[in-house]
Amino acid sequence: MPKTPVTFNLNGAETGVFVDDAQNLLEALRRGAGDLSPKFGCGQGTCGACTVLIDGVPHLSCLTLAEAVSNRNIETTGGLAGAALHPLQKAFMEGFAAQCGFCTSGMLMAAKALLDRNPRPSREDVIEAISGNLCRCTGYEPIVDAILKAAGEMRGGYAA
Amino acid sequence: MTRVVTVSSLAEAAAAGGAILGGGTLLMRQVNDAPQEVPELVHVNDPALRILRSDGAHWHIGAGVTMTDIIASPDCAALHPVARSIGGPALRNMASVGGNLFAPHPYGDFAVALLALGAEVIWSDGRAQDIESFLRGRDTAQGAVQALRVPKVTPDRLAYRKVSRTKPKGVSVMSVAVLLETSAGTITSARVAFGAMGPTPMRAPSAEAALRGARLDVAGVAAACDACVRDLAPVDDALASAWYRAEVAPIHLRRCLLGEV
Repeated sequence: MPKTPVTFNLNGAETGVFVDDAQNLLEALRRGAGDLSPKFGCGQGTCGACTVLIDGVPHLSCLTLAEAVSNRNIETTGGLAGAALHPLQKAFMEGFAAQCGFCTSGMLMAAKALLDRNPRPSREDVIEAISGNLCRCTGYEPIVDAILKAAGEMRGGYAA
Repeated sequence: MTRVVTVSSLAEAAAAGGAILGGGTLLMRQVNDAPQEVPELVHVNDPALRILRSDGAHWHIGAGVTMTDIIASPDCAALHPVARSIGGPALRNMASVGGNLFAPHPYGDFAVALLALGAEVIWSDGRAQDIESFLRGRDTAQGAVQALRVPKVTPDRLAYRKVSRTKPKGVSVMSVAVLLETSAGTITSARVAFGAMGPTPMRAPSAEAALRGARLDVAGVAAACDACVRDLAPVDDALASAWYRAEVAPIHLRRCLLGEV
Protein backbone atom coordinates (compact mmCIF):
# COMPACT_ATOMS: atom_id res chain seq x y z
CA MET A 1 0.00 0.00 0.00
CA PRO A 2 1.32 3.46 -0.88
CA LYS A 3 2.47 5.64 2.00
CA THR A 4 2.24 9.40 2.22
CA PRO A 5 5.13 11.41 3.66
CA VAL A 6 4.14 13.94 6.31
CA THR A 7 6.52 16.35 8.04
CA PHE A 8 5.78 18.35 11.14
CA ASN A 9 7.53 19.79 14.15
CA LEU A 10 7.31 17.43 17.10
CA ASN A 11 8.30 18.98 20.42
CA GLY A 12 10.71 21.33 18.69
CA ALA A 13 12.28 18.79 16.33
CA GLU A 14 11.52 18.56 12.62
CA THR A 15 10.00 15.14 12.15
CA GLY A 16 8.98 13.15 9.10
CA VAL A 17 6.88 10.03 8.97
CA PHE A 18 5.28 7.89 6.30
CA VAL A 19 1.61 7.36 6.96
CA ASP A 20 -0.95 4.95 5.59
CA ASP A 21 -4.04 6.39 3.95
CA ALA A 22 -6.43 7.81 6.55
CA GLN A 23 -4.06 7.02 9.40
CA ASN A 24 -4.76 9.08 12.49
CA LEU A 25 -2.20 11.32 14.14
CA LEU A 26 -2.01 9.17 17.26
CA GLU A 27 -0.81 6.16 15.28
CA ALA A 28 1.54 8.34 13.26
CA LEU A 29 3.09 9.64 16.48
CA ARG A 30 3.29 6.29 18.25
CA ARG A 31 4.26 4.00 15.36
CA GLY A 32 5.80 6.45 12.92
CA ALA A 33 7.61 8.94 15.14
CA GLY A 34 8.12 6.57 18.08
CA ASP A 35 6.62 8.97 20.59
CA LEU A 36 4.68 6.71 22.94
CA SER A 37 3.60 9.49 25.30
CA PRO A 38 0.13 10.09 23.82
CA LYS A 39 -2.04 7.12 24.76
CA PHE A 40 -4.63 5.15 22.83
CA GLY A 41 -7.67 4.96 25.09
CA CYS A 42 -10.96 4.72 23.23
CA GLY A 43 -10.22 5.73 19.63
CA GLN A 44 -13.59 7.50 19.68
CA GLY A 45 -12.85 10.94 21.10
CA THR A 46 -14.45 10.11 24.42
CA CYS A 47 -11.55 9.70 26.85
CA GLY A 48 -8.97 12.38 26.00
CA ALA A 49 -5.95 10.13 26.67
CA CYS A 50 -4.59 10.95 23.21
CA THR A 51 -4.75 14.76 23.68
CA VAL A 52 -1.85 16.60 22.00
CA LEU A 53 -1.38 20.26 21.20
CA ILE A 54 -1.44 21.32 17.56
CA ASP A 55 -0.14 24.88 17.21
CA GLY A 56 -0.72 25.24 20.94
CA VAL A 57 -4.35 24.12 20.86
CA PRO A 58 -5.52 20.80 22.33
CA HIS A 59 -6.73 18.21 19.82
CA LEU A 60 -7.70 14.57 20.05
CA SER A 61 -4.94 12.91 18.05
CA CYS A 62 -6.94 9.69 17.52
CA LEU A 63 -9.50 11.69 15.52
CA THR A 64 -7.03 13.87 13.64
CA LEU A 65 -6.08 12.90 10.11
CA ALA A 66 -2.26 12.62 10.16
CA GLU A 67 -1.93 14.13 6.68
CA ALA A 68 -3.72 17.25 7.87
CA VAL A 69 -0.98 18.25 10.35
CA SER A 70 1.68 18.77 7.70
CA ASN A 71 4.04 21.64 8.69
CA ARG A 72 2.30 22.24 11.99
CA ASN A 73 3.69 22.23 15.54
CA ILE A 74 2.81 19.22 17.64
CA GLU A 75 3.45 19.09 21.38
CA THR A 76 3.16 15.90 23.41
CA THR A 77 3.97 14.96 26.99
CA GLY A 78 7.21 13.48 25.67
CA GLY A 79 8.49 17.02 25.16
CA LEU A 80 7.30 18.53 28.45
CA ALA A 81 10.37 17.95 30.61
CA GLY A 82 13.52 19.95 29.98
CA ALA A 83 16.50 19.39 32.28
CA ALA A 84 13.94 19.07 35.06
CA LEU A 85 10.35 17.92 35.07
CA HIS A 86 7.75 20.45 33.98
CA PRO A 87 5.99 22.03 36.99
CA LEU A 88 2.81 20.20 35.96
CA GLN A 89 4.60 16.85 35.97
CA LYS A 90 6.15 17.65 39.33
CA ALA A 91 2.83 18.69 40.84
CA PHE A 92 1.10 15.57 39.47
CA MET A 93 3.81 13.36 40.97
CA GLU A 94 3.87 15.06 44.35
CA GLY A 95 0.09 15.37 44.61
CA PHE A 96 -0.69 11.73 43.70
CA ALA A 97 -2.62 13.01 40.68
CA ALA A 98 -1.70 9.86 38.77
CA GLN A 99 -2.72 6.39 39.89
CA CYS A 100 -2.77 4.02 36.95
CA GLY A 101 -1.36 6.88 34.87
CA PHE A 102 -3.15 6.15 31.64
CA CYS A 103 -5.04 9.46 31.51
CA THR A 104 -2.08 11.47 32.79
CA SER A 105 -0.50 12.28 29.46
CA GLY A 106 -3.75 13.72 28.09
CA MET A 107 -4.46 15.53 31.36
CA LEU A 108 -1.01 17.15 31.27
CA MET A 109 -1.47 18.42 27.73
CA ALA A 110 -4.99 19.73 28.43
CA ALA A 111 -3.60 21.45 31.52
CA LYS A 112 -0.62 22.88 29.65
CA ALA A 113 -2.91 24.39 27.02
CA LEU A 114 -4.89 26.02 29.82
CA LEU A 115 -1.86 27.43 31.67
CA ASP A 116 -0.24 28.69 28.44
CA ARG A 117 -3.38 30.73 27.83
CA ASN A 118 -4.41 31.54 31.37
CA PRO A 119 -1.65 31.57 34.03
CA ARG A 120 -4.14 32.33 36.79
CA PRO A 121 -7.02 29.87 36.30
CA SER A 122 -9.88 29.44 38.76
CA ARG A 123 -10.85 25.97 39.96
CA GLU A 124 -13.80 26.13 37.53
CA ASP A 125 -11.46 26.99 34.65
CA VAL A 126 -9.38 23.90 35.46
CA ILE A 127 -12.43 21.66 35.66
CA GLU A 128 -13.62 22.95 32.30
CA ALA A 129 -10.15 22.50 30.75
CA ILE A 130 -10.00 18.81 31.69
CA SER A 131 -13.72 18.12 31.16
CA GLY A 132 -12.91 16.12 28.03
CA ASN A 133 -10.39 13.90 29.83
CA LEU A 134 -11.63 10.88 31.72
CA CYS A 135 -9.89 9.52 34.82
CA ARG A 136 -11.28 6.39 36.44
CA CYS A 137 -8.87 6.32 39.41
CA THR A 138 -8.45 9.61 41.19
CA GLY A 139 -11.90 11.15 41.29
CA TYR A 140 -10.29 14.20 39.66
CA GLU A 141 -9.70 16.23 42.84
CA PRO A 142 -5.94 15.52 43.09
CA ILE A 143 -5.60 16.37 39.39
CA VAL A 144 -7.40 19.70 39.77
CA ASP A 145 -5.30 20.49 42.86
CA ALA A 146 -2.07 19.60 41.04
CA ILE A 147 -2.89 21.84 38.09
CA LEU A 148 -3.68 24.76 40.40
CA LYS A 149 -0.46 24.14 42.32
CA ALA A 150 1.59 24.01 39.13
CA ALA A 151 -0.04 27.26 37.99
CA GLY A 152 1.06 28.87 41.25
CA GLU A 153 4.60 27.57 40.89
CA MET A 154 4.87 28.74 37.30
CA ARG A 155 3.74 32.23 38.29
CA GLY A 156 6.37 32.14 41.02
CA GLY A 157 9.10 31.57 38.47
CA TYR A 158 9.70 27.86 38.89
CA ALA A 159 8.86 27.20 35.24
CA ALA A 160 11.21 24.80 33.50
CA MET B 1 -9.23 0.63 3.46
CA THR B 2 -9.97 4.30 3.27
CA ARG B 3 -8.52 6.44 0.49
CA VAL B 4 -7.84 10.12 1.21
CA VAL B 5 -8.41 12.78 -1.44
CA THR B 6 -7.22 16.29 -0.59
CA VAL B 7 -8.85 19.20 -2.44
CA SER B 8 -8.60 22.95 -2.09
CA SER B 9 -12.19 23.98 -2.67
CA LEU B 10 -15.60 22.83 -1.59
CA ALA B 11 -16.77 22.62 -5.21
CA GLU B 12 -14.06 20.00 -5.86
CA ALA B 13 -15.05 18.21 -2.68
CA ALA B 14 -18.68 18.02 -3.77
CA ALA B 15 -17.56 16.58 -7.11
CA ALA B 16 -15.25 14.04 -5.49
CA GLY B 17 -18.21 12.13 -4.13
CA GLY B 18 -16.56 10.67 -1.00
CA ALA B 19 -17.31 11.45 2.63
CA ILE B 20 -16.28 15.03 3.36
CA LEU B 21 -14.12 15.35 6.45
CA GLY B 22 -15.12 18.17 8.78
CA GLY B 23 -13.57 18.21 12.24
CA GLY B 24 -13.14 14.44 12.16
CA THR B 25 -14.91 13.79 15.44
CA LEU B 26 -17.46 11.52 13.78
CA LEU B 27 -15.85 10.42 10.50
CA MET B 28 -12.38 9.62 11.85
CA ARG B 29 -14.03 7.61 14.55
CA GLN B 30 -15.74 5.54 11.88
CA VAL B 31 -12.47 5.26 9.96
CA ASN B 32 -10.73 4.00 13.12
CA ASP B 33 -13.52 1.56 13.81
CA ALA B 34 -14.62 0.28 10.43
CA PRO B 35 -12.52 1.68 7.57
CA GLN B 36 -14.38 -0.47 5.07
CA GLU B 37 -17.46 1.69 5.69
CA VAL B 38 -15.63 4.81 4.51
CA PRO B 39 -14.05 4.00 1.13
CA GLU B 40 -13.08 7.60 0.45
CA LEU B 41 -12.38 10.54 2.73
CA VAL B 42 -12.31 14.01 1.20
CA HIS B 43 -10.08 16.44 3.05
CA VAL B 44 -10.89 20.04 2.11
CA ASN B 45 -8.37 22.86 2.57
CA ASP B 46 -10.72 25.77 1.92
CA PRO B 47 -10.29 28.75 4.27
CA ALA B 48 -13.70 30.06 3.16
CA LEU B 49 -15.30 27.30 5.20
CA ARG B 50 -13.99 28.88 8.41
CA ILE B 51 -15.67 32.26 7.83
CA LEU B 52 -18.01 33.39 10.59
CA ARG B 53 -19.67 36.75 10.04
CA SER B 54 -22.93 38.47 10.67
CA ASP B 55 -25.03 41.16 9.11
CA GLY B 56 -28.05 42.90 10.61
CA ALA B 57 -30.36 39.94 10.70
CA HIS B 58 -28.28 36.78 10.21
CA TRP B 59 -25.21 34.88 11.26
CA HIS B 60 -23.35 33.31 8.34
CA ILE B 61 -21.54 30.33 9.76
CA GLY B 62 -19.13 28.49 7.48
CA ALA B 63 -19.48 24.70 7.61
CA GLY B 64 -15.92 24.41 8.97
CA VAL B 65 -16.44 26.85 11.85
CA THR B 66 -15.67 25.02 15.09
CA MET B 67 -17.49 25.07 18.40
CA THR B 68 -14.50 26.97 19.80
CA ASP B 69 -14.87 29.60 17.05
CA ILE B 70 -18.52 30.07 18.05
CA ILE B 71 -17.59 30.55 21.71
CA ALA B 72 -14.86 33.02 20.72
CA SER B 73 -17.35 35.22 18.84
CA PRO B 74 -19.07 37.72 21.18
CA ASP B 75 -21.62 38.34 18.46
CA CYS B 76 -22.85 34.73 18.73
CA ALA B 77 -23.63 34.96 22.47
CA ALA B 78 -26.97 33.16 22.11
CA LEU B 79 -25.14 30.14 20.69
CA HIS B 80 -22.43 29.99 23.38
CA PRO B 81 -24.30 27.70 25.80
CA VAL B 82 -25.01 25.33 22.90
CA ALA B 83 -21.40 25.17 21.69
CA ARG B 84 -20.14 24.86 25.26
CA SER B 85 -22.36 21.84 25.90
CA ILE B 86 -20.55 19.85 23.21
CA GLY B 87 -17.57 17.78 24.35
CA GLY B 88 -14.47 19.03 26.14
CA PRO B 89 -12.14 21.77 24.87
CA ALA B 90 -10.10 19.47 22.60
CA LEU B 91 -13.22 18.15 20.90
CA ARG B 92 -14.64 21.66 20.54
CA ASN B 93 -11.42 22.76 18.82
CA MET B 94 -12.16 20.16 16.16
CA ALA B 95 -15.94 19.66 15.93
CA SER B 96 -17.47 21.75 13.15
CA VAL B 97 -20.93 23.23 12.77
CA GLY B 98 -21.27 21.63 9.33
CA GLY B 99 -20.37 18.20 10.67
CA ASN B 100 -22.84 18.55 13.51
CA LEU B 101 -25.67 18.77 10.96
CA PHE B 102 -24.90 15.21 9.92
CA ALA B 103 -24.27 13.79 13.40
CA PRO B 104 -26.29 10.63 13.99
CA HIS B 105 -28.28 9.94 17.16
CA PRO B 106 -27.52 10.76 20.00
CA TYR B 107 -25.15 13.48 18.76
CA GLY B 108 -25.90 16.73 16.96
CA ASP B 109 -26.88 19.12 19.77
CA PHE B 110 -25.82 22.19 17.79
CA ALA B 111 -28.16 21.18 14.97
CA VAL B 112 -30.99 21.13 17.52
CA ALA B 113 -30.45 24.82 18.23
CA LEU B 114 -30.16 25.55 14.50
CA LEU B 115 -33.50 23.78 13.99
CA ALA B 116 -35.17 25.86 16.71
CA LEU B 117 -33.72 29.00 15.14
CA GLY B 118 -34.98 28.10 11.65
CA ALA B 119 -31.56 28.14 10.00
CA GLU B 120 -31.01 27.71 6.27
CA VAL B 121 -28.45 25.29 4.94
CA ILE B 122 -26.39 26.71 2.04
CA TRP B 123 -25.02 24.10 -0.35
CA SER B 124 -21.79 24.50 -2.32
CA ASP B 125 -23.76 25.46 -5.44
CA GLY B 126 -25.38 28.32 -3.52
CA ARG B 127 -28.74 26.63 -3.12
CA ALA B 128 -30.47 27.34 0.20
CA GLN B 129 -32.59 24.73 1.95
CA ASP B 130 -34.53 25.13 5.18
CA ILE B 131 -33.05 23.00 7.92
CA GLU B 132 -36.17 20.93 8.48
CA SER B 133 -36.28 19.62 4.94
CA PHE B 134 -32.49 19.24 5.04
CA LEU B 135 -32.69 17.02 8.13
CA ARG B 136 -35.38 14.85 6.58
CA GLY B 137 -33.16 14.05 3.61
CA ARG B 138 -29.70 14.38 5.13
CA ASP B 139 -28.80 10.70 5.27
CA THR B 140 -29.13 10.32 1.52
CA ALA B 141 -28.14 13.88 0.57
CA GLN B 142 -25.61 14.41 -2.22
CA GLY B 143 -23.41 17.49 -2.33
CA ALA B 144 -21.48 19.58 0.15
CA VAL B 145 -22.69 22.06 2.74
CA GLN B 146 -20.92 25.38 2.50
CA ALA B 147 -22.45 27.39 5.32
CA LEU B 148 -25.46 28.13 7.47
CA ARG B 149 -27.56 31.23 7.42
CA VAL B 150 -29.04 31.63 10.86
CA PRO B 151 -31.53 34.27 12.03
CA LYS B 152 -29.74 36.28 14.69
CA VAL B 153 -31.24 36.33 18.16
CA THR B 154 -30.26 37.70 21.55
CA PRO B 155 -29.48 35.17 24.30
CA ASP B 156 -32.83 35.73 26.05
CA ARG B 157 -34.74 34.46 22.99
CA LEU B 158 -33.11 31.03 22.78
CA ALA B 159 -33.60 28.60 25.66
CA TYR B 160 -31.40 25.51 25.54
CA ARG B 161 -30.88 22.46 27.72
CA LYS B 162 -28.72 19.41 27.34
CA VAL B 163 -29.55 16.50 29.59
CA SER B 164 -26.73 14.03 30.25
CA ARG B 165 -26.05 11.42 32.87
CA THR B 166 -22.48 12.48 33.65
CA LYS B 167 -21.41 15.94 34.74
CA PRO B 168 -19.96 18.23 33.60
CA LYS B 169 -19.82 16.51 30.22
CA GLY B 170 -21.72 13.61 28.78
CA VAL B 171 -23.62 12.45 25.72
CA SER B 172 -27.23 13.61 25.39
CA VAL B 173 -30.09 11.72 26.93
CA MET B 174 -31.83 14.54 25.11
CA SER B 175 -31.29 18.16 24.24
CA VAL B 176 -33.99 20.81 23.95
CA ALA B 177 -33.88 24.19 22.24
CA VAL B 178 -36.74 26.67 22.14
CA LEU B 179 -36.95 29.93 20.23
CA LEU B 180 -39.43 31.96 22.22
CA GLU B 181 -41.29 35.20 21.68
CA THR B 182 -43.29 36.61 24.56
CA SER B 183 -45.35 39.67 25.17
CA ALA B 184 -46.26 40.64 28.75
CA GLY B 185 -45.73 37.10 30.05
CA THR B 186 -47.73 35.46 27.25
CA ILE B 187 -46.06 33.36 24.57
CA THR B 188 -46.75 34.72 21.11
CA SER B 189 -44.70 32.15 19.20
CA ALA B 190 -42.40 29.22 19.91
CA ARG B 191 -40.23 26.86 17.87
CA VAL B 192 -39.42 23.75 19.88
CA ALA B 193 -36.66 21.33 18.83
CA PHE B 194 -35.45 18.14 20.47
CA GLY B 195 -32.23 16.19 19.98
CA ALA B 196 -31.67 12.47 20.69
CA MET B 197 -35.45 11.99 20.54
CA GLY B 198 -35.59 10.55 17.03
CA PRO B 199 -33.39 9.71 14.06
CA THR B 200 -32.53 13.41 13.55
CA PRO B 201 -33.18 16.57 15.57
CA MET B 202 -36.95 16.96 15.51
CA ARG B 203 -39.47 19.75 15.99
CA ALA B 204 -42.46 19.33 18.27
CA PRO B 205 -45.32 21.11 16.44
CA SER B 206 -47.97 19.95 18.93
CA ALA B 207 -46.06 21.62 21.74
CA GLU B 208 -45.53 24.73 19.63
CA ALA B 209 -49.27 25.02 18.92
CA ALA B 210 -50.12 24.57 22.62
CA LEU B 211 -47.58 27.21 23.62
CA ARG B 212 -49.04 29.95 21.41
CA GLY B 213 -51.12 32.20 23.63
CA ALA B 214 -50.11 30.36 26.83
CA ARG B 215 -48.73 32.07 29.91
CA LEU B 216 -45.02 31.46 30.48
CA ASP B 217 -45.43 29.78 33.87
CA VAL B 218 -45.81 26.25 35.25
CA ALA B 219 -49.58 26.04 34.69
CA GLY B 220 -49.42 27.82 31.36
CA VAL B 221 -46.92 25.50 29.69
CA ALA B 222 -48.17 22.21 31.21
CA ALA B 223 -50.37 21.20 28.27
CA ALA B 224 -47.62 21.96 25.75
CA CYS B 225 -45.08 19.93 27.70
CA ASP B 226 -47.39 16.92 27.80
CA ALA B 227 -48.07 17.31 24.07
CA CYS B 228 -44.43 17.32 22.96
CA VAL B 229 -44.09 13.54 23.17
CA ARG B 230 -46.62 13.08 20.36
CA ASP B 231 -44.17 14.48 17.82
CA LEU B 232 -41.07 12.63 18.98
CA ALA B 233 -39.78 9.18 18.13
CA PRO B 234 -37.25 8.25 20.80
CA VAL B 235 -35.27 5.01 20.60
CA ASP B 236 -33.50 2.77 23.10
CA ASP B 237 -29.77 3.16 23.41
CA ALA B 238 -27.06 2.60 26.01
CA LEU B 239 -27.90 5.90 27.71
CA ALA B 240 -31.67 5.60 28.13
CA SER B 241 -34.66 3.64 26.92
CA ALA B 242 -37.23 5.11 24.58
CA TRP B 243 -39.78 4.78 27.40
CA TYR B 244 -37.63 6.78 29.82
CA ARG B 245 -36.95 9.47 27.25
CA ALA B 246 -40.64 9.88 26.52
CA GLU B 247 -41.48 9.98 30.24
CA VAL B 248 -39.01 12.75 31.06
CA ALA B 249 -39.23 14.84 27.87
CA PRO B 250 -42.14 16.99 29.22
CA ILE B 251 -40.20 17.73 32.40
CA HIS B 252 -37.08 18.82 30.54
CA LEU B 253 -39.13 20.95 28.14
CA ARG B 254 -40.71 22.69 31.14
CA ARG B 255 -37.33 23.27 32.78
CA CYS B 256 -35.96 24.63 29.53
CA LEU B 257 -38.94 26.97 28.98
CA LEU B 258 -39.00 28.32 32.52
CA GLY B 259 -35.25 28.36 33.12
CA GLU B 260 -35.65 26.01 36.10
CA VAL B 261 -32.54 24.46 37.57
